[in-house]
Amino acid sequence: MITKRIIPCLDVKDGRVVKGVNFLGLSDVSSPVKLAKFYSDCGADELVFYDITASAEGRALFTDILTEVASTIFIPLTVGGGINSVEDFDRVLKCGADKVSVNSGAIRDPSLIARAAQKYGDQCVVLSVDAKRVDGQFRLFAKGGREDTGLDAIEWIRRGVASGAGEIVLNSIDTDGVKQGFDLEMLSAVCDAVDVPVIASGGAGSIDHFKTLFHTLPKVDAGLAASIFHFGEVSIPDLKKQLAADGITMRL
Amino acid sequence: MVAIVDYGVGNLFSLRSSLAAVGTETVVTGDKDLIRQADKVILPGVGAFADAAALLRDTGLGQLVCDLAAEGKPLLGICLGMQLLFEESLEYGRHPGLGLIPGTVAPIRDVIPPSYKVPHIGWNALHFPKNKPVHPLFRHIQEGDCVYFVHSFYGANCEDSVIATAEYGPELTAAVARGNVMGVQFHPEKSGPVGLAILRAFCEEKEAETC
Repeated sequence: MITKRIIPCLDVKDGRVVKGVNFLGLSDVSSPVKLAKFYSDCGADELVFYDITASAEGRALFTDILTEVASTIFIPLTVGGGINSVEDFDRVLKCGADKVSVNSGAIRDPSLIARAAQKYGDQCVVLSVDAKRVDGQFRLFAKGGREDTGLDAIEWIRRGVASGAGEIVLNSIDTDGVKQGFDLEMLSAVCDAVDVPVIASGGAGSIDHFKTLFHTLPKVDAGLAASIFHFGEVSIPDLKKQLAADGITMRL
Repeated sequence: MVAIVDYGVGNLFSLRSSLAAVGTETVVTGDKDLIRQADKVILPGVGAFADAAALLRDTGLGQLVCDLAAEGKPLLGICLGMQLLFEESLEYGRHPGLGLIPGTVAPIRDVIPPSYKVPHIGWNALHFPKNKPVHPLFRHIQEGDCVYFVHSFYGANCEDSVIATAEYGPELTAAVARGNVMGVQFHPEKSGPVGLAILRAFCEEKEAETC
């Protein structure tokens, strides 16, 4: 049986890992290469690198780091941030990424999903979605959660999967950084809408939050978090052991 | 030295890096002489079966791989590279493969429960057939160790060659072997220490005598 995945997310800016709380107020944590090696050694099932650099210099630095990570650790790597074209897919795949996550780039040009899926396969295209409750609707946000697109997030996800997105990362802005648990209501709506793997993101504060996630929503495939792993509040080996003891299929 | 056959599909960066990590000298090449000189050969592959099979045919590399396999050179197909070893594939039509492993590549959708997602993507545990000794490729790992899969088609009608399966509804073919010809459906280069241990087993000198 396929295991549930635990995925640490590393936001990288100018070659360093950072993590914001509610996407604001970034603080420096660690070296991406060291952190990636650490997580791989302690049983992370996959890593997500999110490039939040704006400058061309920072971007070149990011691909150097990615190359170094992909030469030293051998688990699936997903890369996102600044992916606006098929050429951007090519750039990070050549550095050893296995999957590429699109967000604002796909909102600007929805045809990007289909074009990338056609060239690299559905399994390579991850649609990352920042969503927040607005007027009783799950609203799609762009630009790292700063801009309300006015679009319905569930409808957007449905369209993305129809175009070829092979996996969904749902970041709930409402629960992100608050550490009170994943956004089960929003995740449930996404799981009901599509039949590709769904990765829960935003809100994990404890091991119990992962237990609740996988028990309440068996269709969720993976839990993603950043700061609780980076700051050692939850250790991945402990988390996976406790989830396995609780009857959830894990890779130990 | 191990040659990774480069016939123009997929990204071989991780595979090359993972072989370097287990201390194997590798060459990524489409040059027939270099491939002939190698002690062992890896046939990688991602993407569509028909495109890859056409490239192998047009470059002559498919014939070379068959010749080397007949000479007894250890050969490992990975993911689509494993599927290409089969007689034929039913992926979008009917396409001939290299015919080194008897069997057919068929859609997993036909055999898995409707609620299961396609592709079969993620970490899954390896099971070894009870009626056979554990294959030397797995001598450094254990029954139940997890490896990383990404595939929508699987090796069918190949019971005699199956050396490992993974449960996804039914037990799906995870690895096959027939003498010196081996194939794995999963990605050892993305399967952490377990994957590296499998690659190490293939690359070790000892392997040629025991497989």
